[in-house]
Amino acid sequence: MSNETTGRPAMLPHQRAKIVPTVLLLIGAFYSLVPVAWIVIASTKSNAELFSTFTFQPGTGLLDNVRDLFAYEDGQFVKWAGNSLLYAGAGSVLCTLISTCAGYAFAKYRFRGRTSLFYLILAGVLLPGMTLAIPQYIIMAEIGMVGSYWSVLLPGLISPFGIYLARVYADASVPDSTIESARIDGASEYRIFTSIGLPMMFPGMITIFMLQFVGNWNNFLLPFIMLADESKYPINLGLYTLMSKGSGEPSLYGLAIVGTAVSVIPLICLLLFLQRFWRLDMISGGLKG
Amino acid sequence: MTARTTPPAGAAGKAPGKAAGKATGKRRTTMAPFVFIAPALLFFLAFMAIPIGYALYLSLQGLRIVDEGVFGIRTEVFVGLANYRQMLTDSGFWAGFGRLGLYGIIAVPLTLGLALLFALLLDHGAARSKRFSRVAIFLPYAIPGVVASLMWGFMYLPSTSPFSYLTEKLGLGTIPFLDAGVIYPSMANIAIWGGVGFNMIIIFTSLRGIPPELYDAARIDGCTEWRIAWRIKVPLVAPALVLTGLFALIGTLQVYGEPTMLSPMTTEISQTWVPLMQVYRDGFIRDDLPLAAAGSVILAVGTLLVSLLLLKITQRRAFGGIQ
Repeated sequence: MSNETTGRPAMLPHQRAKIVPTVLLLIGAFYSLVPVAWIVIASTKSNAELFSTFTFQPGTGLLDNVRDLFAYEDGQFVKWAGNSLLYAGAGSVLCTLISTCAGYAFAKYRFRGRTSLFYLILAGVLLPGMTLAIPQYIIMAEIGMVGSYWSVLLPGLISPFGIYLARVYADASVPDSTIESARIDGASEYRIFTSIGLPMMFPGMITIFMLQFVGNWNNFLLPFIMLADESKYPINLGLYTLMSKGSGEPSLYGLAIVGTAVSVIPLICLLLFLQRFWRLDMISGGLKG
Repeated sequence: MTARTTPPAGAAGKAPGKAAGKATGKRRTTMAPFVFIAPALLFFLAFMAIPIGYALYLSLQGLRIVDEGVFGIRTEVFVGLANYRQMLTDSGFWAGFGRLGLYGIIAVPLTLGLALLFALLLDHGAARSKRFSRVAIFLPYAIPGVVASLMWGFMYLPSTSPFSYLTEKLGLGTIPFLDAGVIYPSMANIAIWGGVGFNMIIIFTSLRGIPPELYDAARIDGCTEWRIAWRIKVPLVAPALVLTGLFALIGTLQVYGEPTMLSPMTTEISQTWVPLMQVYRDGFIRDDLPLAAAGSVILAVGTLLVSLLLLKITQRRAFGGIQ
């Protein structure tokens, strides 16, 4: 690199044209990474170091912090992580299946009320979480499910946007002619769906799953309203609990920081791993139906 | 009810083979689509339609003390629009919308503007280190909003902030990130940080779908990269911009977790800082669920109006692929 640039007195215009966009992108990358770097470094600090040393200077307390985190109230943190996995993981798999079935039907069949039913469901995108959460809470209380795993899991199984995406994807990726030839061969509608529709929609399903997973993992309001028992909290809510207790007990700030670092790293790895499978052109309308 | 299966596209135009003609010409009726839609419909009814209906009903109820004996007992009675009147005449509720507006005016345009800028740069032929930048800028998407608030919160807090550390070393004192006034850009920054990457990817994927021949023609005509971006790329990704704008707007109106997370760190964020926080307080701290339901319905109607307005202005270009 230095070989090329040394010996040239002035920068050529096309080189400058290269540098400006690159620098801007790198500034964006830096902005995005700083808080992550901060939390990782802060997690290595002991409580005394946290408030005394320069914030980007690694500390010496990482192992102690991690031990404290996992020891907090008999391994409460591990429970929270497991709960988050359950709400986000199991919830998203089921939601993806439900959305895919519905999206496929909306795309591949003509039936009365198809358009109005589709738009009715799609309008659900506009409903604020709180508007739904209040009556959901009362209904859950009526049937005695408030505070249970179900109260957080079940409402997350319907995703209007997931159904919309599944429909867009089915429109674009499952050709009518393929379905028709399977029909001619005598396959039942269900057989066609499981052995032709589902495999063809798989990349789209991964995208729906990831969006739903991140959405459920991030969901704060619903568990906040539904759950009272700390052992059923997802990580989000657990960290919030540490924070709000922390204003009276500063040592919990340290725990919240390590907890954040520990919870963020696997999520980042998952994202980096799965991002190559994403078909986000579904959302932007890049698919031709 | 019954449904027709779709005839293959262009089947009518094909030369009708004898065997195929028989099979495709006859439209079968099947229950299959209803079976496929049934689970979604069931959950839609149970967790969206019925709750919304119930919220509307609840918002017309009120807890009133009914005088029976020595102790008044709070019971639910029909109060008409009293809850709505109470919410709409509550200056605190409106002040919450004011704060929300201030926050949104900073957060939404900057999120979309930066997302568009980075998407265009990623699509720019000359830029380097694109892969790294794309992944890095997208990364915050994986981090929950409340966790992002926690991270930024510590970076705002004078005792742990790296920025305040530097300014203090320079003898300038700490930066009051969490004080009155500054709290708006500070809160908006969290939303921008979390939102730019995802929107950037959506716009970028949309840009990739533009046939490159369009640019060649413009270049032959002597267009600069800047003009190509502004005159060709931006108009062509308009549907993606509308969609991301719509989601950013809906997200802003529903902001709740982020200020709640920051509230232990600053006295600036009250229990009624944004409308949803007030709704939560009314419903779950003061136990007045009917009033909270009315508040949440007002918010839902507001969201609907703002969304429709946006779609109207932009001529319904979002969700345009579906007829």
